[in-house]
Amino acid sequence: MTNKSVTRRGVLKSGAVAGTGLALPTIFTASSAAAYTNEPTGSSVTLGFNVPQTGPYAEEGNDELLAQQLAVEHLNGEGDGGCLNTFSSKALQGNGILGKKVEFVTGDTQTKSDAARASAKSMIEKDGAVMINGGSSSGVAVAVQGLCQEAGVIFMAGLTHANDTTGKDKKANGFRHFFNAYMSGAALAPVLAAEMGNERRAYHLTADYNWGWTQEESIVASTEALGWETVNTVKTPLASTDFSSYIAPVLNSGADVLVLNHYGGNMVNSLTNAIQFGLLDKVANGKDFKIVVPLYSELMAAGAGENIKGVLGSMNWNWQLQDEGTKAFVKSFGEKYGKPPSNSAQTCYAQTLLYADACERAGTFNPCGVVEALEDFEFDGLGNGPTWYRGADHQCFKDVLVVRGNENPTNAYDTLEIVEITPRAQVEYDPEHPMFAGGELGQCNPGA
Amino acid sequence: MLGLNKKDTSLLIIVGILTLLAPFILNPFPSDSAMAQFNAGYPDLMQRFVIFGIFAIGFNILFGLTGYLSFGHAAFLGVGSYSAVWMFKLLSYNVIPAIALSVVVAGLFSLLIGFVSLRRSGIYFSILTLAFAQMSFALAYSVLSNPKFNLTNGETGLQVYADDPQILQGANAPDLPHLFGLPMRATYTLDVGAWSFDFNAGYYLCAVVMMVVFYLAIRIFRSPFGMMLRAVKSNQQRMNYTGLNSKPYTLAAFVISGMYAGLAGGLMAAMDPLAGAERMQWTASGEVVLMTILGGTGTLIGPVLGAGFIKYFENIFSKINDNVLHSWFAFLPDGLEDAVVFLIHPFIGKGWHLTLGILFMLVVIYLPGGLVEGGQRLMKWFKRKKSGTDDAPSGKTEPAE
Repeated sequence: MTNKSVTRRGVLKSGAVAGTGLALPTIFTASSAAAYTNEPTGSSVTLGFNVPQTGPYAEEGNDELLAQQLAVEHLNGEGDGGCLNTFSSKALQGNGILGKKVEFVTGDTQTKSDAARASAKSMIEKDGAVMINGGSSSGVAVAVQGLCQEAGVIFMAGLTHANDTTGKDKKANGFRHFFNAYMSGAALAPVLAAEMGNERRAYHLTADYNWGWTQEESIVASTEALGWETVNTVKTPLASTDFSSYIAPVLNSGADVLVLNHYGGNMVNSLTNAIQFGLLDKVANGKDFKIVVPLYSELMAAGAGENIKGVLGSMNWNWQLQDEGTKAFVKSFGEKYGKPPSNSAQTCYAQTLLYADACERAGTFNPCGVVEALEDFEFDGLGNGPTWYRGADHQCFKDVLVVRGNENPTNAYDTLEIVEITPRAQVEYDPEHPMFAGGELGQCNPGA
Repeated sequence: MLGLNKKDTSLLIIVGILTLLAPFILNPFPSDSAMAQFNAGYPDLMQRFVIFGIFAIGFNILFGLTGYLSFGHAAFLGVGSYSAVWMFKLLSYNVIPAIALSVVVAGLFSLLIGFVSLRRSGIYFSILTLAFAQMSFALAYSVLSNPKFNLTNGETGLQVYADDPQILQGANAPDLPHLFGLPMRATYTLDVGAWSFDFNAGYYLCAVVMMVVFYLAIRIFRSPFGMMLRAVKSNQQRMNYTGLNSKPYTLAAFVISGMYAGLAGGLMAAMDPLAGAERMQWTASGEVVLMTILGGTGTLIGPVLGAGFIKYFENIFSKINDNVLHSWFAFLPDGLEDAVVFLIHPFIGKGWHLTLGILFMLVVIYLPGGLVEGGQRLMKWFKRKKSGTDDAPSGKTEPAE
């Protein structure tokens, strides 16, 4: 017993001493002497790949991860070099970035803003990542973009399609290569007019969250400009798996086009329900009934199987494009992983190369230098044709693809066919466009 | 000390020392060694440890003492976060009003939900709380984030914009959450040889708050009020028959634990000024149940251990990928290396849920009292071993007769 009381006193004493000793430096904290957050000092530089590895977009996340790993290989001069050979900027030598070998860490966003931020924070605080790349949801992209702005690292968004990412939530340290809902609308409208005429009545089913609303707003605006009428817009809960009760009223609404502002599993289910109700065989207002899915992805197409035949939508990129950049990327991705890459994979690959190239041109990893190098950067050869990274909102402008579910696919991967490549000029908009207004880019933040 | 008995005082002191020294304890490996992957001593994760510790301590006051299993506690965490971010938006980035409001709002919210849900007990209570939490989630995710009335900013998460009023924000106050000018993000890094230790202002704020609420929890556990709650757990019917109305006690416990959750939510927002709706989802509510059970229901320290355990897996195991594995096993011959990596692959990276699930099952099956029981068994085992050697210096076990 005496033994116990002695240890307690000892514990008390040492605890108090250690406590004050520890508390002192934190009171006078100031960050270290580095010029910017996570300045790489050794022979390597660390990039953070933050993708959904579990949850509804896990498959897409894994595809992104494969592409990012490929990009790191190419940057380090391994493999066949991929798009480094076709990229219009020749700053990258295949010897890493600024002579430092590229290493990477991975994390799981779980498609939740919180988890994504936790994972990105650990990359920044623990692993010393200077750039975060990837993701498959706009909510996550906006959340992580905000974090990177505060922490002083660069964020290269992966798949994020809501207008807000480079609209009201835009940040100086964040960059988006992927296209957005406004561009989908602008690209789809002429094709819709050509295929379905100018006197259609559209019925929207919209996933009830931020991305769904911005997409609905964009599509409604661009189709009404054609002369279409919007019969109704119905919000569906994100967690729905059965859309029958939402599809049934469409038949009696007098509409002749159904627009599904859904993504991922939602879209697969709602489209399947719509086909089961025989919508595509109906004739309304003397016209054949049509379905439009404004945002497509290869993985959704694979999930919906037969049902997507003939259904129109838009994409950022597709592996069937015939330009040099696409061919180089598809070749090295295919040789390494035995399948063609998805459009989210291509975005992450391009973003990684663009970041590396910007560092190389700026001669530093300092986020402010990188921001300056990326702003209003014009490039080509990464698969999307001539592309412009606009300085005013950090959005990429490039051609947008309008695609259609292939009627006669010859293998598991050509489920989509390219209908039209909408030229860049047609999808450009003013940075102060009402759908994007309200945000502020702010100043680049190098942290430290 | 402080009205605690000897055993509780030493427990409080041990917890205090552990939290104060966490930056050392959690970073046992040199920062450029291969084992650095297992270091958990970086600010964000340390903050999460204590914040979820607070959340679980509060949950344990309800579940551990009264036996009422709430499946909707994440709702209070989320409400706390939203209130804190609103304080940042309207007043200033100082964390004090934010945390205060988050506790108050979560308290009111839990009073409302508790008043309704506590009309039933057992599984019906769990379902009611789950329903309320899912309702709150749906409200936050879409209903309350429409462009006309945007309270939560939906999927994107509520965050502070440059054009927010922030009426009390001083001209040269830091542009991120701070405590009277000390930014929560401020970190002092101490390099000792190959090791580096991070001392983060936000972490120490959370740690101090946790010590306070941990002390409060001990007092509640040892108070007559706590005894009443235990009585509710052991036999509520008998209690009612003796003429006692147990409802005020359970409601008070519910509100207290709701306020703990709100406090955790407020701290979370203070460390990272963004509040997302996922915080309120049922998976988040389930997580705190897991933490409490894993650590040891009804024990004081158990929930904190459980919270640390789960957060460690979520943040450390999910980040181990095949490349890391290959670098660990690079010393093996090629074929063998691939085989080992192939075997371990399902349990790391995206497979962290699987590892956690297996460990959870093992704990529940073999240690029904959670990690605390594991600790107790270990202690007993050591003691027996020690006394065994004392009793039998011959080194031989003699038959009893």
